[in-house]
Amino acid sequence: MLAAHGDEAKLLAGGQSLVPLLALRLARCEHLIDINGVDALKTITRANGSLRIGAMVRQATIEADLTLLEAAPLLTLATPHIGHFQIRNRGTIGGSVAHADPAAEYPAVAVALDAEIEIASATSRRAVAATDFFDGAFSTALEDDELLVAIILPVWSGQSGFAIREVARRHGDFALAGAAVGIQVDQQANIDRAAVVLFGVGNQPQRATAAEAALLGMPLEKLNTAELGRLATTDLLVIDDGHASASYRRRVGAHLAGNAIASAVRHICEEEEKEV
Amino acid sequence: MTEPIPVTTTVNGVPHNAAVEARKTLADYLREDCLVTGVHLGCEQGACGACTVLLDGIAVRACLLFAVQVDGSTVTTAEGLMDPDGTLSTVQEAFRNCHGLQCGFCTPGFVISATAFLENHPHPTLDDIRTGLSGNLCRCTGYQGIVAAVQQAASKLSTRSGSEDKQ
Repeated sequence: MLAAHGDEAKLLAGGQSLVPLLALRLARCEHLIDINGVDALKTITRANGSLRIGAMVRQATIEADLTLLEAAPLLTLATPHIGHFQIRNRGTIGGSVAHADPAAEYPAVAVALDAEIEIASATSRRAVAATDFFDGAFSTALEDDELLVAIILPVWSGQSGFAIREVARRHGDFALAGAAVGIQVDQQANIDRAAVVLFGVGNQPQRATAAEAALLGMPLEKLNTAELGRLATTDLLVIDDGHASASYRRRVGAHLAGNAIASAVRHICEEEEKEV
Repeated sequence: MTEPIPVTTTVNGVPHNAAVEARKTLADYLREDCLVTGVHLGCEQGACGACTVLLDGIAVRACLLFAVQVDGSTVTTAEGLMDPDGTLSTVQEAFRNCHGLQCGFCTPGFVISATAFLENHPHPTLDDIRTGLSGNLCRCTGYQGIVAAVQQAASKLSTRSGSEDKQ
């Protein structure tokens, strides 16, 4: 159907972003294709060190799923930041990622965890790395005839910690700035994997490559999180709009990134104490 | 324009059959086809929460769903929370006791949200309640009374379930 109608058709997932856009006449389409009845898109499976989450898995399901909390804590931590519980009862992970709102949490989580986005059309299937999937505000690698099928998240090792922080005008509102962080350590408690992703500050979630590089190889106890937070905003493209100025976003982003790094480190230390 | 599509639902225990346009929202369907006017439309974009209803027991925005999507489902609105004889539910009673409403426009949405919230959070803290209700707006800003009402309902419901456990 998508192939037949091209850009005159839109897929309807949870409808918590698309329907408001239609109501406000900011988006219009001749055909809405409701995929809520497709049960094959609602499964969560774990195999070969990764999680495959179907596009139509609802945010409320993710929030309550203990397997996900264990295997992809960042996803669970991010979920309560999305809208309100009534919104999460309908909203889906695939819808959120495909919508690619610059301030949305799941796209940032997908980038931070090095997710792959599984895409299908009537005739072909492909997977795109999350970093390449988002190419601007509300803009993705999806073609008109393609459907986002699943998000594949690599499971990080047990010695890892995650955190997400954001600032919004009101609870549940769009983030003016946010940071999602993942840190993994080796046997000697030196950092061997680091993800620092800022969202809400630019047109798409952005990796703070300078901060990530600075984290790699560092022993946990030697981190200067305030300095790392500042570093996290040096190589970003930051937007200036009616909601917040670019300098505000940069300052808040730096603070949130530092705070999230500190929190992720705390998680690792707490886990170690539990094991001892 | 497409042909109307038949939709069958049970709203507050009453079966409804209607043919509706594909573009009609659940909120408009409930008000216009089922004549359940406790569903209030404020923003019509999912922000204010006035149209919140229970769809198969789960709180959702009726303005962000299309009627054709809920074919075969059960919908409960604020009217459906009370007993058939007019006895108010615990949450409704608490809203009345605590002056949890001023103009009343947002009230049906708040009552539905609070009912769903308390089912999942039987012993909420004050912060839990404020977060749980953050998806509903009261433009009279009568939040103190609303929060007090939810606190009272929570304590009444937990006392009741506690005594049931003992039996």
